[in-house]
Amino acid sequence: MMYLKSSYSIRDKYLRKDMLPTIFCPGCGIGSVLQFTLRAIDDLGLSQDEIVWVSGIGCSSRVPGYVNFDGLHTTHGRALAFATGIKLTNPDLKIIAFMGDGDSAAIGGNHLIHAIRRNLDVTAIIINNFTYGMTGGQVAPTTLKGLRGTTAPYGQFENPFDIAQLAVTAGANYAARWTVFNYLQGINSIKKALQKEGFTLVEFLSPCPVSFGRRNRMKTAPELIRWYQKITVPLAKAKKMKPEELEGKVVIGEFADRDRPGLVREYREYIKRAKKMMGWEQ
Amino acid sequence: MRYPFPVGRSDFIQGDEAVARAAILAGCRFYAGYPITPASEIFEAMALYMPLVDGVSIQMEDEIGSIAAVIGASWAGAKAMTATSGPGFSLMQENLGYAVMTETPIVVVNMMRGGPSTGQPTFPAQGDLMQAVWGTHGDHMLIVLSPSTVQEAFDLTIRAFNLAEKYRTPVVILGDAELAHMRERVYIPNPDEIEVVNRKLPANEDEAKLPFGDPHGDGVPPMPIFGRGYRTYVTGLTHDESGHPRTVEPEVQQKLIGRIFRKILDHKDEIISYETFELDDAEIAIVSTGIVSRSAIRAVKMLRERGVRAGLLKLSTVWPFDFEVIEELAEQVRKIYVPEMNLGQLYHLVREGANGKAEVELIAKIGGEVHTPMEIVERVVG
Ligand SMILES: Cc1ncc(C[n+]2csc(CCOP(=O)(O)OP(=O)(O)O)c2C)c(N)n1
Ligand code: SF4
Ligand SMILES: [Mg+2]
Repeated sequence: MMYLKSSYSIRDKYLRKDMLPTIFCPGCGIGSVLQFTLRAIDDLGLSQDEIVWVSGIGCSSRVPGYVNFDGLHTTHGRALAFATGIKLTNPDLKIIAFMGDGDSAAIGGNHLIHAIRRNLDVTAIIINNFTYGMTGGQVAPTTLKGLRGTTAPYGQFENPFDIAQLAVTAGANYAARWTVFNYLQGINSIKKALQKEGFTLVEFLSPCPVSFGRRNRMKTAPELIRWYQKITVPLAKAKKMKPEELEGKVVIGEFADRDRPGLVREYREYIKRAKKMMGWEQ
Repeated sequence: MRYPFPVGRSDFIQGDEAVARAAILAGCRFYAGYPITPASEIFEAMALYMPLVDGVSIQMEDEIGSIAAVIGASWAGAKAMTATSGPGFSLMQENLGYAVMTETPIVVVNMMRGGPSTGQPTFPAQGDLMQAVWGTHGDHMLIVLSPSTVQEAFDLTIRAFNLAEKYRTPVVILGDAELAHMRERVYIPNPDEIEVVNRKLPANEDEAKLPFGDPHGDGVPPMPIFGRGYRTYVTGLTHDESGHPRTVEPEVQQKLIGRIFRKILDHKDEIISYETFELDDAEIAIVSTGIVSRSAIRAVKMLRERGVRAGLLKLSTVWPFDFEVIEELAEQVRKIYVPEMNLGQLYHLVREGANGKAEVELIAKIGGEVHTPMEIVERVVG
């Protein structure tokens, strides 16, 4: 069972030993989400040769370099556009897009919206650390109001994006958000996401003590955990709360779980339609 | 296999249409694009044809996404292409560099229009020559082709795919608004009349482990396609032969970029193509590329009628550039004229090639009209 398998066995099975150690700082949450993803893959018994990991640029996007799968580490924000080409060319491949919040929702925001709108058959795993970790702690489109980053040193004055909700609105088949401390829910969500057709997305609030925490009086991961406990609200509870009460909170849970046809299926139908319309096929 | 257009005979078609048909005959099965004048007709032809040949044609949210999807498709094993014009070509630059760095075979068509910015959407220009060569950041090497007739647009598109596959590199085709929309008679060959080159695949596990190595000594590593069990990692970061990021060792960068240059430059003679016209006894030479070459040929004839021994060197390859051939030409002729639809781009390459051995004069023209033959003649006879 996945819950019992040691992290060592997961590590030995899936990581590229020659690429270790990772670039991740002590206390960083990205490694936990990587572990969840690998456990989900392991538990589903998916083959390493049927999955391609795609990423953009950022700390989170370095993940595909550490796993022993095919991987495409692309340009900042563009992972899902690259994934579109891979998936439509070889629909047998499963694609995991591992992205940061800045990568997916700022510079890559347009690709995110449109990949979801098309229902591109991809599982997006998004590391939301409320910041640009790799470049040293600038504000991200997810940074909550009042939080500090080097480019809003007096506290963020813009409204944040809710990535998981955006996915629901744009039409994702599955959208969920957890923190890296929701171990079981996190793994189960990724398992669900990997098994579904169409666009599936799992967002994780993930501690970045170095670039984010340090600038917001939370120098260590435990302090960030306590803060997550304060700001997160489970979906069931949130449903009973007034909008004012939810101000500054982050709702966690499963937001969408549906089965609309994915892009691959739609395109296959489109080919059939084209051939019929041209009289090439009955 | 059945084609969605007639093969083995001539047809009267636009430049854009010729590019699309050639791409399909060259084996292209993935097209991603974003509409833009004057390249939209390439996309529209692909949209019509691709589903019928079990290929993909998809409209992306912008040109950044288009070239990204094309690169992804290439790693999944497809021959893939996108087409655009100035504004879209500018958006593609970052990922064009990514294709150089990751040695991804792709074809990018830029049907040039007047710029900068939105400029003259419906008028031809040659203002993107240097951008095609140097537009993406960092030291890089790629191949740039430039057709002057609809037939050449067809032929060079097939060649572009073959070069991309053979050298694992992006290839840019520079057309222009005139060529894109002009209709001419084109011979569309039967598939068995066409030489189609496919990328080298790893012959064994050892080769697959070094997707950025040089196992054959020609600078071109075999390409391990995704999904075939090779577990390849591809990154735009500076990487070693196995593909691992190695960003702080100067030697790794030197070796990688050195090989990316070498794999093209060592095969320059095979890549570069040009045509000559009346050059044997010429004392005046015209050097041109693309659409202006049509006026240049006519100008040579008119000059000959006037007793001026003029000739033409028409370049079908803009990059890599054949500096040696220009130097030889400069040793032969008294003066070289460079007509181009910009304020001087090819001119600088020709001057460098001429190396002071002949005078080089630019005949610049912008605004959206191709030089008339007379405009060239008048400059030569003064
Ligand atoms: C086009 C471009 N602009 C800017 C950068 C610099 N850059 C690298 S990573 C990054 C932000 C990463 O933030 P995020 O996506 O949230 O990932 P994290 O590091 O937090 O995991 C930026 C701006 C870049 N690589 N490319
Ligand atoms: S900077 Fe932040 S996100 Fe990046 S590795 Fe360090 S802790 Fe993790
Ligand atoms: Mg981030």
